[in-house]
Amino acid sequence: MKRVGVWVALLVVTVAFGYPFWWLVSASLKDRAHVFDNALLPRPFTPGNYVEVWQAVPLLTWIGNSVAVGLAAAVAATVTSALVAFGFALFRFPGRNALFGVVLATMMLPAAVTMVPVYLEWHALGLATTQIPLWAQNLFGSAFYIFLLRQFFLGLPGEVFDAAKVDGASPWRLFTSMALPLAKPGLVVVFVFELKAAWTDLVKPLIYLREPELYTLPRGLKAVLDRFGEGGEEQWELVLAASAIATVPMVLLFLVAQRHFVRGTVTQHVE
Amino acid sequence: MTVSRREARAGWLFLLPWVVGFLAFTAGPMLFSLWLSLTHYDMLKPPTFVGLENYREAMTDQRVGTALWNTVFYTALHVPAQIVLALALASLLRRAGRGGGFFRTVLYLPVMTPPVALAAMFLLLLNGQHGAINGFLGWFGFQGPNWTTDPAWIKPGLVVMSLWTVGSTAVLYLAALTRVPVERYEAARLDGASPWRQFWHVTLPGISGTVYFTAVVNTIASLQVFTEAYAMFFGARAKASAEGDAALFYVIHLFQEAFGSLRMGYASALAWGLFAVIAVITAVQVRLSRRYVHYEGDRS
Repeated sequence: MKRVGVWVALLVVTVAFGYPFWWLVSASLKDRAHVFDNALLPRPFTPGNYVEVWQAVPLLTWIGNSVAVGLAAAVAATVTSALVAFGFALFRFPGRNALFGVVLATMMLPAAVTMVPVYLEWHALGLATTQIPLWAQNLFGSAFYIFLLRQFFLGLPGEVFDAAKVDGASPWRLFTSMALPLAKPGLVVVFVFELKAAWTDLVKPLIYLREPELYTLPRGLKAVLDRFGEGGEEQWELVLAASAIATVPMVLLFLVAQRHFVRGTVTQHVE
Repeated sequence: MTVSRREARAGWLFLLPWVVGFLAFTAGPMLFSLWLSLTHYDMLKPPTFVGLENYREAMTDQRVGTALWNTVFYTALHVPAQIVLALALASLLRRAGRGGGFFRTVLYLPVMTPPVALAAMFLLLLNGQHGAINGFLGWFGFQGPNWTTDPAWIKPGLVVMSLWTVGSTAVLYLAALTRVPVERYEAARLDGASPWRQFWHVTLPGISGTVYFTAVVNTIASLQVFTEAYAMFFGARAKASAEGDAALFYVIHLFQEAFGSLRMGYASALAWGLFAVIAVITAVQVRLSRRYVHYEGDRS
């Protein structure tokens, strides 16, 4: 009897959390007169919305920009965070723990505090209207990922590294030929997390991107929402088609990399 | 060179990217911002020093008051709602047995949705007349409010929307629940404790460290709420409307002052104001935690 209650509750949860996705896809395939009807199946079936929005705005350019920025951000964050995390995990030197404390403190620092001055820095460099500020900061490691990868490195068998050190292996060799291969699961976590973060971010594109040709997908989607949504041309079926296009790659990424996302989420606070 | 000096040098070399980045993108900007907050700066003329005038203006700026109130109100609703729902879902998932993986996927998938897409969807799902959410309430005889246009209901609407992405917190709680030793439940059952008492006296103390962690992190994030509200209620057609006022969160106001009006000095002062608010609230949470949070031997 108790099992039945649990399964009913789980079914309700599944419907509640799955419904908005179903609704999005369904409504994006409805015509203008039916986009609000909340019917489960789109009638009349209107796949033309996707063609229409594809022709109305440069979605392909935005997707390309998002892929480029996302990959640059993810690769940069993974490589440099691994370097720094390795430094914290494997070497002993004065000031190390104090510095790691600073890393942890920056995780708590509100991003809003540095939003304006960092923009002015990029402006001074003449790069404030390019895509570079969207990913280049990741070249210097990112606190959360440093924390996460340090956990991974600390979990590796220390004797192996000590033995290699005694054999005269250089720190760089230790890093590239031993630590990196062993920490691969951790690197994947960082990569997919940052890819998702870059793909979904609106704040930086809002601050830095002026030209529509440079927009990433979320910034483009905001432009679509402004033009076709509330107070605009009220062509919601186009807004929803574009929203579905922006959402699908993340759903696919999650389905192939699910355990990495869960692992990353859970590692967040295991001290 | 001795081994330890060589080790120290190698360690510092590995840390170098972070040290450079910290100076260039955190410490430097913070000092810069502190100084900017004492100036008027519009990016056309060089900054002019004005002392504490920006802070004085912020104290009397009506929009700052509105934004602060909206942000604290939203946080006070959002954080507890998020924790309670995540806890309920995690407890439920723990009982799912073999189907657990599937339900975890269902719960976590919304977290992957780009916030702008989320905003577009929920503008319609929350719509007062045609929205599915009011349709659902209608089945039970409730007349749902105008979530997206009634100023009194905009923030509750945003909270409802935020609950759809509760999955990441729920997954965290699920992991914490599986770490509570089974023997404690057995002991409690032997003592004849009801499920509710077991939850209160075994489960909650067992995961209080995790709950506390999410409360602090969610509060800091929530006080900086921006994207969904901005996507829904601000943008190309700047609305000086009642809706715009009800959804004016602190960072949205800061963003508009900085990148809309190019008042970089004033925006910097606003940023430090937010920093102070967050620091005070976090400090209070830390104090409360000493009284209520029960840490396990491994402090996880």
